[in-house]
Amino acid sequence: MKSQVLTGEHFINGDEACAEGAIAAGCKFFGGYPITPATEVAEQMSVRLPHVGGTFIQMEDEIAAMTSILGAAWAGFKTMTATSGPGFSLMMETVGLAVVTETPCVVVNVQRAGPSTGLPTQGAQGDMMQARWGSHGDYEIIALAPSSPQEMFDLTITAFNLSEKYRTPVFIMSDEIVGHMSEKVIIPEGRKIKTFSRVKPTGRKDRFKPFQPGPLGVAPMPAIGDGYNVHVTGLTHNEKGYPVMSVDIQKEMMERLLGKIRNNLDDIILTEDYRLKDAEIVLVSYGVSARTAYTAVEEARAMGIRMGLLRLITVWPFPEQRIRDLAKKVKGFITVEINMGQISREVQRCAGIVPSFIAGHTGGAVVPPDDVLKIAKEFLA
Amino acid sequence: MKKNETEIMAHPLEDLVRMERIPHIWCPGCGIGSVFTSCLSAIKQSNIPYNQFTMVSGIGCSGRGAGYINIDSFHTTHGRAIPFASGIKMARPDLNVIVFSGDGDLFAIGGNHFIHAARRNMDMTVVCVNNLTYGMTGGQVAATTPHKAKSATTAAGNSETPFNLPLLAYASGATYVARWTMLHARDLADSIQEAIQRRGFSFIEVLSPCPINYGRRNKEKTLETLKKYHENTIVKNGANPAELDVDFNKGVILGKFIDIDRPTCDELYRKMYWPQEQGTAENRKTG
Ligand SMILES: Cc1ncc(C[n+]2csc(CCOP(=O)(O)OP(=O)(O)O)c2C)c(N)n1
Ligand code: SF4
Ligand SMILES: [Mg+2]
Repeated sequence: MKSQVLTGEHFINGDEACAEGAIAAGCKFFGGYPITPATEVAEQMSVRLPHVGGTFIQMEDEIAAMTSILGAAWAGFKTMTATSGPGFSLMMETVGLAVVTETPCVVVNVQRAGPSTGLPTQGAQGDMMQARWGSHGDYEIIALAPSSPQEMFDLTITAFNLSEKYRTPVFIMSDEIVGHMSEKVIIPEGRKIKTFSRVKPTGRKDRFKPFQPGPLGVAPMPAIGDGYNVHVTGLTHNEKGYPVMSVDIQKEMMERLLGKIRNNLDDIILTEDYRLKDAEIVLVSYGVSARTAYTAVEEARAMGIRMGLLRLITVWPFPEQRIRDLAKKVKGFITVEINMGQISREVQRCAGIVPSFIAGHTGGAVVPPDDVLKIAKEFLA
Repeated sequence: MKKNETEIMAHPLEDLVRMERIPHIWCPGCGIGSVFTSCLSAIKQSNIPYNQFTMVSGIGCSGRGAGYINIDSFHTTHGRAIPFASGIKMARPDLNVIVFSGDGDLFAIGGNHFIHAARRNMDMTVVCVNNLTYGMTGGQVAATTPHKAKSATTAAGNSETPFNLPLLAYASGATYVARWTMLHARDLADSIQEAIQRRGFSFIEVLSPCPINYGRRNKEKTLETLKKYHENTIVKNGANPAELDVDFNKGVILGKFIDIDRPTCDELYRKMYWPQEQGTAENRKTG
């Protein structure tokens, strides 16, 4: 049997690296539906999964793909799907089911320019707010944004680990540019890759409550057939998992769901600082746009502008405190993203009275570093 | 004496019911409970250990079935019981997967999933409670509502034509197709048991009254519906699926129509993609 992890140096694109990350994380089930520019994730998983004793199925649509990975997750496996904007829209109702039933799974969105069919082969970051609020109701979600094929590998593993740890769906918010860009990707030895699997219950089966918070606010999760006789529903439910139509139980359940994310922000939020120490202008960026932002920082510094970058690796939950702290000492923020104002609104909200701008783009291409510099120069002038 | 009393009082299916969730939500005169009971009887008489079963439901009055059965059970979203169940089955082919849901759930919003699961011969048993309407939301027209019947959204009568569900299932590739009414409790239980114990995609349509939201509007009391189930039906095993329209004036045909053996989706996947069953034991261990 082939090794599960393709240890070594590879020259592969982001989508393929994502699939390899999933395999390395222990993913054993992929339910998919083809869509540009995410198709290669599914194709690679269809080739790789059988070699590691896993199952690939191409479902009839994205609703089915997303739903199938929840079923397989309760069957005891780490599961994933991958899509782009139109499919992401179709998945949204089921994302809510995953949140409320506390079902671990990873959903990859290789973003393309929208709305609607948009520019299928060209990148954008227009689904960032949909990732946060796309399903109905109030909830917390985790979303990571890789900036390179290497990170498509690394962060896919992180995404699985977080989803298993917190029993929640985790989004990988990539984009066409990172998804289709080929770069060197280093895959470490399998035993050096840290993976985490959901905690399984122990103890008396008849007393087990599948939604009773344990450490970190998360309940252990049995698989179907383990003998716990769990009932799982999208209705508001108590810790036993039974529907209860009451304001009190709704509150209790919601506090648990929100709390397991909100009370563990330090563990979930990953960011990277670049030349931030003495910066007076802070770029906030993520995904492919962070690459533009690096260049902008370099060019600004060459011109004598003290610019730095806060790169969001975790976009949701949003690192509010970090922005608030920076706002105390910097002159202004510029959010670099391929949309006309999504994460920039979060930055603005947390920046308070400190001026906050967006270097945005309607989609289909990266934000040119010159756009960032122009905003910075006008602001400082 | 005390011991004997409890012995007498215990319902034979009690071990399969989440007794702490009783009373259930179904209205007096509703047929869903009877269909559910037949389903439990089938599980019991199969003699397969309960933890080798799982039940998945969608949304609707019928979709509440999963909430009352005392095995691992899933109440999902409207129309999506089948893809959820497909995920379970492909990940754990050893489990017996039962989908218990309504006609609206399985054939309107979930129709696409039904035909594809049938085409794939996904190894599961789909029990559809067909009450000819959307019971839960108040009796709106469904894809199964008879032509001219009244509903909350067809005040003057349904101008559309309903599905012939067994024909749809057969044409889509289902390898077992049967129809009963909730009144035929024994035949139904035996049919569900047979479906559970065979391989492949099995579909069982069960006609069942919704006196509150369908019967009332169509001037039909529960007992009258049951009388029709008794008098205006004919059991004709092997009947041509094309002749199975639900028309009580002509007589509704019940029975087992299709029973074909064909390899299942998970069997074919394993055969093609894990030719030596590589890695199954070691790699597929969960957790
Ligand atoms: C996406 C979505 N759309 C609509 C509904 C509202 N809804 C709940 S049950 C139902 C119809 C159920 O009909 P059926 O499956 O026949 O079940 P019955 O209540 O008749 O047993 C509808 C439309 C919903 N829950 N979700
Ligand atoms: S509304 Fe109709 S289908 Fe629903 S429980 Fe009542 S009688 Fe049964
Ligand atoms: Mg119905």
